[in-house]
Amino acid sequence: MGKYVLKRIGYMLLTLFIIASVTFFLMKLLPGSPFNNEDRLSDTQKEILLDKYGLNEPVPVQYVKYMTALAQGDLGISFQFDGRPVSTLIGERIGASAFLGMQSLILGTVLGLILGTIAAIRHNSWVDYSATVASVLGLSIPSFVFASLLQYYVGVKLQWLPVAFWTTWEHTILPSIALSLVVIATTSRFMRTEILEVLGQDYIITARSKGLSNARVIVTHAIRNAMIPVITILGPLAVNLITGTLVIERIFSVPGLGQQFVSSIATNDYPVIMGTTLFYSTLFIGVILLVDILYGIIDPRIRISGGKE
Amino acid sequence: MSLPKHEISTELFQPAQVRKENKEVIARPSISFWKDAWIRLRKNKAAVTGLIIIVFIALMAFIGPQMSKYGFNDQDLMRVNLPPKVQGLENISFLGLDGVDIRGMDQYKLKQQKDYFWFGTDALGRDQWTRIWEGTQVSLLIAFVAAILDLLIGITYGGISAFYGGKTDNYMQRFIEILIGIPNLVIIILLILILKPGITSIIIAMAISGWTGMARIVRAQILKLKGQEFVLASRTLGAGDKRLVSKHLIPNVLGPIIITTTFTIPTAIFFEAFLSFIGLGLRPPTASLGSLVNEGFRSLQIFPHLMLIPSIIISLLMISFNMLGDGLRDALDPKMRK
Repeated sequence: MGKYVLKRIGYMLLTLFIIASVTFFLMKLLPGSPFNNEDRLSDTQKEILLDKYGLNEPVPVQYVKYMTALAQGDLGISFQFDGRPVSTLIGERIGASAFLGMQSLILGTVLGLILGTIAAIRHNSWVDYSATVASVLGLSIPSFVFASLLQYYVGVKLQWLPVAFWTTWEHTILPSIALSLVVIATTSRFMRTEILEVLGQDYIITARSKGLSNARVIVTHAIRNAMIPVITILGPLAVNLITGTLVIERIFSVPGLGQQFVSSIATNDYPVIMGTTLFYSTLFIGVILLVDILYGIIDPRIRISGGKE
Repeated sequence: MSLPKHEISTELFQPAQVRKENKEVIARPSISFWKDAWIRLRKNKAAVTGLIIIVFIALMAFIGPQMSKYGFNDQDLMRVNLPPKVQGLENISFLGLDGVDIRGMDQYKLKQQKDYFWFGTDALGRDQWTRIWEGTQVSLLIAFVAAILDLLIGITYGGISAFYGGKTDNYMQRFIEILIGIPNLVIIILLILILKPGITSIIIAMAISGWTGMARIVRAQILKLKGQEFVLASRTLGAGDKRLVSKHLIPNVLGPIIITTTFTIPTAIFFEAFLSFIGLGLRPPTASLGSLVNEGFRSLQIFPHLMLIPSIIISLLMISFNMLGDGLRDALDPKMRK
């Protein structure tokens, strides 16, 4: 186990190193200039700016400098926001995104687990069919379409909830619902399959023949065992949520990292793009590693190193 | 209990006549794997509905633009933001196809337009009907080309890796492991920034980030098949590598490949729309479903038709591909059926 974790962390660091290098060199190839109104700047002004951001040094020197700074957690300085460090920008923006993501993840998994369990217990009934249809819809309808419609009908037409912005908790409801749609669909679908499989196992027959009530069998035996594999989809789900925040935050004007990222793409703010990309990558890889390790701890039957082949 | 006693004696029975020559006759015509899969797929209502919708939308993507006399970039400021109006359906008010906007004004009368715009017009007076179907064409093109590239790279890479095994396999797998560690979204966004947004760069970006899944599936399948007896038998009979791969391995891997591709297409459609939505999509005047949704989103509150119709089409496409994919999985891989 310890060796496995070490090996995985090693891979993670290698991957991050490669991502950082690739991002750096790709950024150097980017078209356009990071400065606004470049044609109006005089040559001296340009030189001062380039010097300030260390852009006039040879690329290998810049690379070494960037990587050394990166190892110390320094992501560089934003071009657009007057010399503010990228790590501060990320720190300011991550709160709203993290809150939105966690709230959607919790809401989505709880609802999904309940829905999936009910569908499995009432297998082949109308409940099951409608849950299946709902999950196909949830997986198919693009999040931004669902979010815009939700905003239009619930926010604008019915005026039940605030349309956008991020001030009170009520403002977080619509974006969270919009973001959790995929989570609900994925977990309910997965949970349904798992419960159906568990219900066919021998130990369920044993439990039933002991004389346990149906509710007891389902709650203590079926649901608990079915929930273990659900952990495996949490990794991909978290990745999905992060992708989702990019559009959901734009639609609902949430001051989160996703919105910042999208606007930095539009303004060629290279350090912010690079920093956020690296931040997202670390998050993605970290979550997946965490989920894999967690799975090995919870279910000892999984032979961890052989899991992949 | 007194049941009437019936003696069952051996005299009541007589052996059936068996003809030796009929013993080995196969009563039903033999069904190939593909025929069997097709029969199973046909029984699946959701999958058939999905297939029909996909074929319909794909046909409309090519016929649709021909049906309107306006090109996708014909601008006319005299007819901007017209709501949809359809002959025959204009008198049924709740359908919203009567050319009346959400404030209850008949825009066609106000702007003195005699024509019917089935899907309305956009902010530059361009016919949405033409634009939406042209956009569907672009979205489908991107999705299909990306899926085919995924398919080719994935099969080649996975096939080589599994077939040669040993060190080759080891190195090729380490490489893929690192690639998989990099989030798709990050690769796609970076590549599109560099290649400049456009149809080709979106396709390239999706192909570069998408083939790993296919390669892994192909590799796992071939590794599984390689150890089976029929491969050994074929080799013993003198089959070379080429014959082995083309006649035995590829046909057996085809099922999972088709299933994966069916799911790749909606993912590609979604990603294209997603990129357009965050501003990395196609450049105007070219339109795709995603960029149309994006344009419509800006005026959603005033002219809902601009966003609703492309949203419906994109959702229908995704739902249909997912239903077809589920159906294909059940049909081609009965073991995976729940």
